[in-house]
Amino acid sequence: MKVAYLARLELTADEIERATDQLGDMLEHFADIDALDLDAVEPMTQPYPLVNVMRDDVVEPGLDREAVLGVAPQVEDGRFRVPPTGGEA
Amino acid sequence: MAGFQAASDIAGSVRDGSTTAAEIVEQYLGRISDRDGEIHAFNVVTADLAREQAAAVDALVAAGRDPGPLAGVPIALKDNMCTSGVATTCSSRILEGWVPPYDGTVVETLRRAGAVLVGKTNLDEFAMGSSTENSAFGPTRNPLDTSRVPGGSSGGSAAAVAAGFAALSFGSDTGGSIRQPAALCGVVGVKPTYGRVSRYGLVAFASSLDQIGPFTHSVADAALALQTVCGHDPHDSTSIPEPLPDYSELLDAGVEGLRVGRITDLPEGADPDVDERLEQAFDALRAAGATIVDVEVPAFGYGLTAYYLIAPAEASSNLARYDGVRYGLRVDAPTTDAMYMATRAAGFGDEVKRRVLLGTYALSAGYYDAYYGKALRIRRLMAQDFARAYEQADVLLTPSSPSVAFPFGSKTADPYAMYLCDTYTIPANLTGDPGMSVPFGTGADDLPVGIQVLAPALGEPVMLRVAAELERTAGGAS
Amino acid sequence: MSERWTHDGWEMVVGLEVHVELATETKLFSPSPNRFGDEPNTNIDPVTLGLPGALPVLNHHAVELAMRIGLALNCTVQPCTFARKNYFYPDMPTSYQISQYEDPINVDGHLDLPDGSRVGIERAHLEQDAGKSTHIGGGAGRVHGAAHSLIDLNRAGVPLVEIVSRPDIRSPEQAKAYVAELRAILLTIGASDAKMEEGSMRVDANVSVRRPGDEFGTRCEIKNVNSVRSVGRAIDYEARRQITLIESGEEVRQQTRHWDEGDGRTHTLRDKEDADDYRYFLEPDLVPLVPSAAWLDSVRAELPPLPAARRIRLAEAAGLETDSEAVSILVERGQDDYVFAVQAAGGDIGRAVVHLKEAFADAGPSPTVPAADLAGLTAMEVAGSLTATQAKAVVAELIDQGGGSAETIAAAKGFEAMDTSELEAMVDDAIAAQPDAWAKFCAGEGKAMGALVGHIMKASRGQADGKVVSQILHQRKG
Repeated sequence: MKVAYLARLELTADEIERATDQLGDMLEHFADIDALDLDAVEPMTQPYPLVNVMRDDVVEPGLDREAVLGVAPQVEDGRFRVPPTGGEA
Repeated sequence: MAGFQAASDIAGSVRDGSTTAAEIVEQYLGRISDRDGEIHAFNVVTADLAREQAAAVDALVAAGRDPGPLAGVPIALKDNMCTSGVATTCSSRILEGWVPPYDGTVVETLRRAGAVLVGKTNLDEFAMGSSTENSAFGPTRNPLDTSRVPGGSSGGSAAAVAAGFAALSFGSDTGGSIRQPAALCGVVGVKPTYGRVSRYGLVAFASSLDQIGPFTHSVADAALALQTVCGHDPHDSTSIPEPLPDYSELLDAGVEGLRVGRITDLPEGADPDVDERLEQAFDALRAAGATIVDVEVPAFGYGLTAYYLIAPAEASSNLARYDGVRYGLRVDAPTTDAMYMATRAAGFGDEVKRRVLLGTYALSAGYYDAYYGKALRIRRLMAQDFARAYEQADVLLTPSSPSVAFPFGSKTADPYAMYLCDTYTIPANLTGDPGMSVPFGTGADDLPVGIQVLAPALGEPVMLRVAAELERTAGGAS
Repeated sequence: MSERWTHDGWEMVVGLEVHVELATETKLFSPSPNRFGDEPNTNIDPVTLGLPGALPVLNHHAVELAMRIGLALNCTVQPCTFARKNYFYPDMPTSYQISQYEDPINVDGHLDLPDGSRVGIERAHLEQDAGKSTHIGGGAGRVHGAAHSLIDLNRAGVPLVEIVSRPDIRSPEQAKAYVAELRAILLTIGASDAKMEEGSMRVDANVSVRRPGDEFGTRCEIKNVNSVRSVGRAIDYEARRQITLIESGEEVRQQTRHWDEGDGRTHTLRDKEDADDYRYFLEPDLVPLVPSAAWLDSVRAELPPLPAARRIRLAEAAGLETDSEAVSILVERGQDDYVFAVQAAGGDIGRAVVHLKEAFADAGPSPTVPAADLAGLTAMEVAGSLTATQAKAVVAELIDQGGGSAETIAAAKGFEAMDTSELEAMVDDAIAAQPDAWAKFCAGEGKAMGALVGHIMKASRGQADGKVVSQILHQRKG
């Protein structure tokens, strides 16, 4: 299931079937919106109209490296260790 | 809730020295140890920390210094609010045991206000759900009837206040996750105007919908809680800069002359007992001098669809960071892709996976316009409809939840059945307007019914004012 | 227009995507230091780590630098928004990059090159940089065959501007000139230190081929081009590779390819068919950026003269071609202002240019030699008091000492002007001493003058002015 890969979720064959069914069901429920003519309506992404929120370019203390690396799953040489990516750069 | 002390009372008596924070905290920890084994409101009880904080408050009082407006008040925080040094799991295996290195802004504010943290409360995993049955660590039981759910996703926080484990608690509301459990547990729950409370430190579910809000025993305590946690935060770019009004100012002003809106085209689906209480609420307000006006919100019914496209879409992106690289669960594998897939498969529960898949689909190439894009337009339509309604009415009244608390397992077979719980609460998240639930009598099986009061953006004062009147008259509605 | 690149009637069509790290103190969305070369994972904060609950806040100075870049590239600077580009990779802590998609800050500009050609700029937008992956155990640190990778997030979140050109480039020379000119502009406006070798400027090339007038062909993206020289080599190789493919009946597949400087070839990295669906959507944690007219005007007013304008100015003043080597080099080094200072102090601009070009390669934009001192030196040259060789020696001394009086230095070195009658006498001596050379010179062998001049130089211990000697010899010849 391509969507499962995009979401990096490993699903069993059963789960894929169930997920596909449920997705289909949801989309059927959502079909009620097909009837709406929304061309004249602008999308709304922001509930409260703010613009130009910025901060000054001033350094502030960050997090303690040891505390952060200390809870990381795998660390080597002060860096997060991961398996090979296998093909991307 | 009869029998439990108001947060404002506790703060008052700690501040004036008539009681100590230490005494108070022992009382609450005692109740927790008596009954939380049964209720499971908490993922973790922070007894030692609470005692330390109480001692610090008492030291300030003894030294004649200001211990803060919530001095000694035992509070509980939903386990999706980052607390430095205290595990924050979002009730998910993928964050099991994860300890944040920083405090969210609201957490820090509450600490400086003198509040005492008794524990982190249970929730539906990553705040996705309406019953707290989706927690990876077991459900929370409704203190009023332990065979039933407390609601969700902030079920633990609602139950904590209902059971007297905390005098004040906080949850998060993305589609109704404060208001609905407040209704089911018989407490007051508020979702503030979007941007009124900082989201810095709140683990994101749907960024344009999430807000932190309080659970309390009374509307007055809700006003006190809002006064403490609302306000501009430079760490949150969506934080409203507007100064705060005095939220307690109008609580006793009554509703004479106010226009209370009844939404005539409200989607059906509420149980008869709930509808009955809603009618009585209108009656009570009318009797107190308000005018009841009929308004229409044609887009109201499309809210569920728009929400279940927008929220999962944003969630699918917000939850992509859980990849096992820097923190949380990691399931080893030969390549990073395989590691991601195995980690997330093992770490996420079914409902989370369902929504992540749905959200990914709604955003994907070729489907964006039909789903996510359309949902954003519905959102605008809804905002326009509500804006028009608020020209005719100062507040709107609806049920908070279509039913009273329901038995465990009764809505888990079909996800859509569970989603319907949010029918009435979702629109306020989509528009960003504030909403709150106030207990108003009981319904089937003597279980509490909550009435939702909705107001326009930054309309918390009038919303609290009407809620206070409902609270005063609620005794007559049983 | 520089040399056309044609290969058997094919032409190359190239667009360049240049990523530039901005010279800010802090990262784009969080206040951790923006610094190269620190210990791994020391410049970290909740946003950099992609911790649950972290929220981005936009860096004001990064916006200002982005505006400078846009204005310097003749773009329209417009109201803009931020979007999430969703993909999984271990150096991307939130598994999405905050970038700009539908409404970038700068659009529709152009860059005029020294050869007179113009390359269109489609957009120049802000985005976050990713962290750095080090691949361990594979061949030569390449990702293929690596045993594992190590992630350093210091660079994660550093502000980038991505400058996307239109596919207007038609030759390797033009591509190199584009990159060089872009770099010069970035340095001039202080937006970046643009060091390709350190990665603060990265170039990706989109290359396709076609017969002139035909539709654009399928293009490949070339990555890992780490110097201006590599830009030329890589696109030349890639264009030839594609031509060879097409001419042998095969199709060019749309791919991302990796340039290998060592073997001088591009290699497949991944097929574009496998490319991620980035599922762009508006970043809900940020609000729109609407640069005010006042801000835009002030940025525009503060822009320094750009390299093209500076080259024209220097060329006109010094009587040289705008694309002459001396002019290009001095403007690139930022030494043109210094040259004008020498002129203002009474110096000869032509001679100043020569000295700067030859002797001041490492001096930077503000040489330690005071402009007045260099002016004094050129004045001596103009007066004929010093030969060209002597002048060079004095300049070397001036640089060594960080300044000084040219006359004093010349005297100390025993450099004296030889007057014409002295020189005439030396010429006559030389003619007498070298009769064969004289005879050959008079017969038309120009080379024979060398022996005569050499004799005079030896006799004068290098003090004779070669030009004057040559003049006198020609006079005597008749």
